[in-house]
Amino acid sequence: MNIRTALLAALALASTPPWAADKITIGFLTTRTGPLSGISGEKLEGFQLYLKTTGGKLGRLPVEVIVADDQNNPDAGRQAFERLAKRDRVDVLTGIMFSNVILSVAPAAVQSKIFFINSNVQPSELAGERCNPYIFNTAYQSDDTDEAVGRYVTERAHKNVALLAPNFPAGRDHLNGFKRAYKGAIAVEILPKVGQLDFSVEIAQIRAAKPDAVFVFLFGGMAVNFVKQYAQAGLAKEIPLYGAASTLEEDVLRGAGESALGMVSASNWNADLDNPANKRFVALHEKEYKRRPSLYSFQGWDTAALLDAAVKDVDGKIENREAFRAALRKASFSSARGPFKFGPNQVPIQDWYARRVEKDAQGQVVNRYLHTVVRGHADAYASQCKM
Amino acid sequence: MLFLEQTLNALQLGLMLFLIAAGLTLVFGIMDLVNLAHGSFYMLGAYVAATVAAKSGSFAAAFLVALAAAAGVGMLVEWLLLRRVYGRGHLSQVLVTFALILIANETVRWIWGANPIDMGVPRSLAGSVALAPGLSYSEYRLAIIVAGLALAAALFWMVNCTRLGIWIRAGASNRDMARALGVDTSRLFTLVFGLGAALSAFAGAMLGPILSVQVGMGEAIIILAFVVVVIGGIGSVRGALLGSIVVAAVDTYGRAFLPSALGAFLPLDIATHLGPGLSQVSIFVLMAAILFFRPRGLMPATG
Repeated sequence: MNIRTALLAALALASTPPWAADKITIGFLTTRTGPLSGISGEKLEGFQLYLKTTGGKLGRLPVEVIVADDQNNPDAGRQAFERLAKRDRVDVLTGIMFSNVILSVAPAAVQSKIFFINSNVQPSELAGERCNPYIFNTAYQSDDTDEAVGRYVTERAHKNVALLAPNFPAGRDHLNGFKRAYKGAIAVEILPKVGQLDFSVEIAQIRAAKPDAVFVFLFGGMAVNFVKQYAQAGLAKEIPLYGAASTLEEDVLRGAGESALGMVSASNWNADLDNPANKRFVALHEKEYKRRPSLYSFQGWDTAALLDAAVKDVDGKIENREAFRAALRKASFSSARGPFKFGPNQVPIQDWYARRVEKDAQGQVVNRYLHTVVRGHADAYASQCKM
Repeated sequence: MLFLEQTLNALQLGLMLFLIAAGLTLVFGIMDLVNLAHGSFYMLGAYVAATVAAKSGSFAAAFLVALAAAAGVGMLVEWLLLRRVYGRGHLSQVLVTFALILIANETVRWIWGANPIDMGVPRSLAGSVALAPGLSYSEYRLAIIVAGLALAAALFWMVNCTRLGIWIRAGASNRDMARALGVDTSRLFTLVFGLGAALSAFAGAMLGPILSVQVGMGEAIIILAFVVVVIGGIGSVRGALLGSIVVAAVDTYGRAFLPSALGAFLPLDIATHLGPGLSQVSIFVLMAAILFFRPRGLMPATG
């Protein structure tokens, strides 16, 4: 422990009031600048939409949300966190989008005894060996989506699959997640560089390898580029494309449009899931923001719902950290994703759905629920967590 | 057949890079201005073209509006701002044009939102053609090759056969002498900057249908464009063309064949990890090698 973190911890401890809390302060640290700020903004929209339905309260406590920018940069994220912890004395931290920032900020949050509710994918380290009572995840462990696709591809009797992911550690982790569940042969494994614009070389390699399906993990602009070019090369009809959740999420569909039609991904949520909590969320979202919700917006909404239920459970006495943690673990809220509970590593145990990109009645390009691939899925790292 | 297809891919990528590098090399070479914001005009071109194409359904209209908008904004920016930094050295220029990138990105985010927007391929070019048995190629990508070649021809004609071209060559080889001989360099610079911005917007509109139209798309491609300009020789359009093709060929063949070539004598696991890494650095190794033997690039602008 260096002096700065020691001071920080001391300050945070000193700041825990001995009297009952009269409000709850949420530090919403997320990416507000740069090309990836769009999806981060939607996460905040989802969170605020939920607060609007409760009149700005979680349980009986009024909420103060303090938004900070991590610039998708671990150092900037850490600095912004220290301001949230020291100056604003937040009770809960959430909103971080990217694992490099998550891995830099999570240890500091734990030190300061601030609950970190990670509403985006959980890096394997935090799901496994470095799990912690102060860290919760409301989305999924990052390989879960690939495992679900791997199962579905196996179910669909594809025997020879080409794989593609960006050449960085998380990209290879995602491919390993797929391989864990997929039972057939691998035709070719392609690792283009991060930020690749033109995929004509890779698409020619896929065509030459003659696979009967292709699995892709990409996100943001890279996913839009690949999806458009794959369709334009005429391959979408010949070799079906399967993607991780982020590869074919709402932001990618907006950019790729009709090119994405027919492609299949696996997600823990979809806008057309048939449950009352989801119907309410989707209707409110379309009314408030005049567009369909994305997975990221859903993650913001559901995180607020979890907090609301936990604050209610302890009757607003969040200063009792142990009781508040037990209430969070109970997760007594109805999630818009359907069945939800926390595993031993405080990562969700949940269902995974296959969904296909189709046109809806208004001619818009949307993800449509196909099939529940696996029920009550727990992530692969839970067994490494000793809490 | 795969080799032939990858060669076509290399040519296509090369001409794509040339579309962007041509304007950059003119501005860099003639005005001695390091314009990091060149990519912002590329982004502007793509956004305007995507919007006009979606509203009007006409790609011709989309291109015209995008070119006009970028040229107009470019000349305005040159007139209001950039002409004040010509004499101040490259560092000031880098700072000012970097600020322009930030302003451009935020402005685009205000107008169009932070998420990518859709720009499809024109219906008439949506299919693919069979060039040979077993080799079909996207019509739109062929159109990029044709557009790149046409643009190269038009620029050669302009630089070599018109009065504007003479001024441009004079400005590129010796600015003070050109001024002394009565070339109105102030007006010439505004014009060249507008032309550079329009070329960049043309690239953006042309590539919008195959790439993601999003905030920051310019920065993703501008680094490669600078590599091309430096390899080709600053200020030389011929150099930019040659540089684009060389960079694209090294990048394409590296990505296409290096991993499998390594696989021939290394364990598969190492080869799949090493191959992509090596092909990523290959163009920078190439740039270093060319600058070592030809410090002024392959085809320097001055004779």
